[in-house]
Amino acid sequence: MPVASQAATALKAKFPSATDRASSDHAACNVPLAEVPAVLQFLRDEQGFDHLADLTAIDWAEGASPRFTVVYNLYATARGEYIRVAADCTNDLEPAAPTVTHLWPGANWHERECFDMFGITFEGHPDLRRILMWDGYPYHPLRKEFPLAGIETVLPDAEIAEVTKTPVIAAPMAGGPFVASPGEINMADAEPSAKDQSWNERKPKTD
Amino acid sequence: MAASHTELGFNGKVEGEVIVSRADAVINWIRTNSVWPMPMGLACCAIELMAVGNGRFDIARFGAEVMRFSPRQSDCMIVAGTVTYKMAPQVRRIYDQMMGPKWVIAMGACASSGGMYRSYATLQGVDRIVPVDVYVSGCPPRPEALLDALIKLQEKIKREPAAKNLFVA
Repeated sequence: MPVASQAATALKAKFPSATDRASSDHAACNVPLAEVPAVLQFLRDEQGFDHLADLTAIDWAEGASPRFTVVYNLYATARGEYIRVAADCTNDLEPAAPTVTHLWPGANWHERECFDMFGITFEGHPDLRRILMWDGYPYHPLRKEFPLAGIETVLPDAEIAEVTKTPVIAAPMAGGPFVASPGEINMADAEPSAKDQSWNERKPKTD
Repeated sequence: MAASHTELGFNGKVEGEVIVSRADAVINWIRTNSVWPMPMGLACCAIELMAVGNGRFDIARFGAEVMRFSPRQSDCMIVAGTVTYKMAPQVRRIYDQMMGPKWVIAMGACASSGGMYRSYATLQGVDRIVPVDVYVSGCPPRPEALLDALIKLQEKIKREPAAKNLFVA
């Protein structure tokens, strides 16, 4: 259900390729990816949406097409109104999007996070590095094919990895103090310990 | 003379101005009562760690009030908070830079086991990269719990064959 707003109407009048986007809260529009900088500049300069509240992405599914959608949430500080602009990435395997750092310097870190988590390359970004995971981390954790527990890889520091013999492990998902499956055991007697202790090797103190 | 290396003995009538003891007891007594913590504050546990240093809980009562932010000057790393894999090498490196003898307290659920962060980004227990002496449960633990951990650590330090280690190392 599209939400009507004057800004969205003005946007569709100015950019005929923009279409309504289903939304349950604020006005939202789909636009072609190439028009995103122009659309956002129009909203910022002529419609008063001076604040980039959030920049994120959606991974629809592995194998879906379009697979990635970049979402911009704008806010007009003067009148307290939001608008959402979404654009599908054209390339499903190596998604890319134009940068908007020239419109809002604050988009810099948002785009870096988006690149880190989804692997979307922001063309024209002044410093597109990972922001949360370390440089050299081989995966993009918010992609659908990435398991919540993680994938085993090596620590960021080779020297420390060699000394500690500690890999980046897939976190235990079964059991743990916060997970209980009713019916299996009497919960009153249950110990608050993980059911799966296979990962919990003992390491005696050596020095 | 002291009965074992766990206690100091002094009988003024018998020994006069001379105190006879064992090197283990003296060294452990000194170490026990001047633990210099390295506050490795990484998340909300660090707030409780700060409370421990303040007047209400007053870690100075146990001789551990000298929080040093340089690993070269401290001998007890208190890992207070969630250790991410990105941070883990730095934690280990700071531990390596501390002078021996050194101890580690894993404060709270996250430092002890990864806590509720069962995810790709979080180290599942700081004992995977540094040897931990005392684990403190809680999320975050109360300041009293950290004081209890410190007292447990002090009991552990008292039992160490300190003099032997001194000449071996």
